Amino acid sequence: MLTIKKRARTSPAVLAMSLFAALGLAATGCSSSSESTSETLAPEVTTEAAVETTVAVEPFRIAVISPSAKNDSAFSQSIFDAVTRISETMEVEIQVSDGLFVVEEAAKAIRGYAEDGFDLVIAHGSQYGGPLQEIAPDYPDVAFAWGTAVDTFGLANVSSYSVRADQGGYVMGVIAATLSAAKNIGVVGPVEVGDAKLFVDGFKSGVGSKDPDVKVNVNYIKSFGDVALATEAATAFVANGADVLTGTAQMVVGAIAVAKAEGIPWFGTQSNQTALAPEIVVASQVYHWEVILATIIADVKSGVLGGKTHIATLANGGLVIEYNDAFKLDPEVKALADKTIAGLADQTINTGVK
Amino acid sequence: MWSEFFTVSSLVVVLASTIRLATPFLFASLGETLGQRSGVLNLGIEGVMLIGAFSSYYAASKTGSPWMGVLAALVTGCVMGLLYAFVTLVLHAEQGISGIGVFLLGLGLTDVLFQRWVGTPIPIDGLDPWNIPFLADIPTVGEIFFQHNPLVYLSVLLVVVATVVINRTTFGLNIRAVGEAPDAADTLGISVNRTRLFTILIGNCMAGLAGAALVLPFGTFQQNLTSGRGFIAVALVYFGAWRPIGAFAGSLLFGFVLAVVNQFGALGIVSGATSSLTAMAPAILTIVVLAIVSRRIGQPAALSKPFDRNG
Repeated sequence: MLTIKKRARTSPAVLAMSLFAALGLAATGCSSSSESTSETLAPEVTTEAAVETTVAVEPFRIAVISPSAKNDSAFSQSIFDAVTRISETMEVEIQVSDGLFVVEEAAKAIRGYAEDGFDLVIAHGSQYGGPLQEIAPDYPDVAFAWGTAVDTFGLANVSSYSVRADQGGYVMGVIAATLSAAKNIGVVGPVEVGDAKLFVDGFKSGVGSKDPDVKVNVNYIKSFGDVALATEAATAFVANGADVLTGTAQMVVGAIAVAKAEGIPWFGTQSNQTALAPEIVVASQVYHWEVILATIIADVKSGVLGGKTHIATLANGGLVIEYNDAFKLDPEVKALADKTIAGLADQTINTGVK
Repeated sequence: MWSEFFTVSSLVVVLASTIRLATPFLFASLGETLGQRSGVLNLGIEGVMLIGAFSSYYAASKTGSPWMGVLAALVTGCVMGLLYAFVTLVLHAEQGISGIGVFLLGLGLTDVLFQRWVGTPIPIDGLDPWNIPFLADIPTVGEIFFQHNPLVYLSVLLVVVATVVINRTTFGLNIRAVGEAPDAADTLGISVNRTRLFTILIGNCMAGLAGAALVLPFGTFQQNLTSGRGFIAVALVYFGAWRPIGAFAGSLLFGFVLAVVNQFGALGIVSGATSSLTAMAPAILTIVVLAIVSRRIGQPAALSKPFDRNG
């Protein structure tokens, strides 16, 4: 029987297209999975006994998946800073996959870490809820944490975490009302959901509690990443007379740049944004997720893998107002802000945000 | 609240914002117009814009000069153009898929480089506005048209240059010839691939400038900064019927819609679900315009078709 073998020849065009696509995908992948950082971080120990104890303990393995860069000075940095702070108190192995704004890629990373047997897989982004709901039941021995969210899907191995961003927003609003001579404040928001909405609503409430005559306009630009549009939103606020600005999510770097150029006070949230513009950042509401993570880790070590919702607040230290010392804030205003923080913590003050 | 929108000061804000927002679209769509008139479709300008944006931010932050940022955007745009030309003109790769490859390359590469070389996106000194003498002082008009950064003026100047080049020069005639009938042009002694090489290089340089125009006015960068503007710029070429003045009109229309939506937000005119609907306006506009234009105007006959003298 005659067999004709065809020798396949790949054309240069096909090769070129494949090369381009491969290069692109490799680079895109590079920015996520291969950018993953693996670190085993141990706390400083001072006694021999402590050393012996530390060496004997297996590191607690934590994986973090986040939508933007771990150094975005906003949402993703807040969780990266938190696991770094956790590493100062216990022996942990940390892997970070950041820049996964494509949910399908994040889902692959979540499953990959679960497959690798990590003790805790943190899906840091409310958009990751769908895939997590599908993946978590496949790995009943792995603990998952998901935020910012309050739903555990009724799964015993999923914890959710969120933040009372309205509390910090309220404090910022009280301060902002005292700084706005024009009684006109602009807020640049991403999408009207989650902690962004909480922060904005709390901010408005805080301004109103201090001075109801101050106008607060909010522009949700419907994007977490469009820096140019955030820049233009801030520019429009300034052109319309705003003399204090704030905003939330990673695209606000553009708005901060406008505030810096115009010399307008700025209030940060999620991470400490002082480094972005030390001249104009008044204070930042900072998420200290390590308070929440410490509880989740303790639960996991005791065999409780999930099923709980954890909320960071001013009272439990998961939410902290960090002032920028370089900004000359009137001591009376600072005292008022501190009093407001104390009132929110002991619940004698309510933000009014539901 | 609506009364606040219909004031002279609000009008000034909207129109000045329109021009600023239109500038990146204009650079990118002008470059793409030249390319498509010569028969080259480049869906990768989104990626080239990202590379131009990152390189301009990085160069400006390292040198302290935003003009070095402009230069870096031009150079990296040119390099990407050479790469794209090699793949599409020498290897005859399918242009659509190659463009997607360029986009993915730009997206991933800028993400990696940003994280490794920059990290925290500290704002840098951007391009200061150039107030045109006398004209900038005209009430209302001056503020709208003559108080912008130099890239805005350059983009408008390039509309004139591109129009003249396409319609009044031999090079422009060659561009049109290789875009409509490359075989005939070849028999007349016009080098099809060399003409396309030049339009690819010019188009990619302008895409790089589009990226710089997003970064340098306020000197900041973030991953995926372009947010789909490159793809909209490709649509604007169709909107503009492959003419520079059409691309100019389309860019202004898009900038205007974005500026109006933005001003609605700034004045607190719309909120909640209504603001979501207004935010969709640019996307809806794109679909409507393309549906109308594609029925009426024919594209260059040889668009996206590789040329091979040997068949």
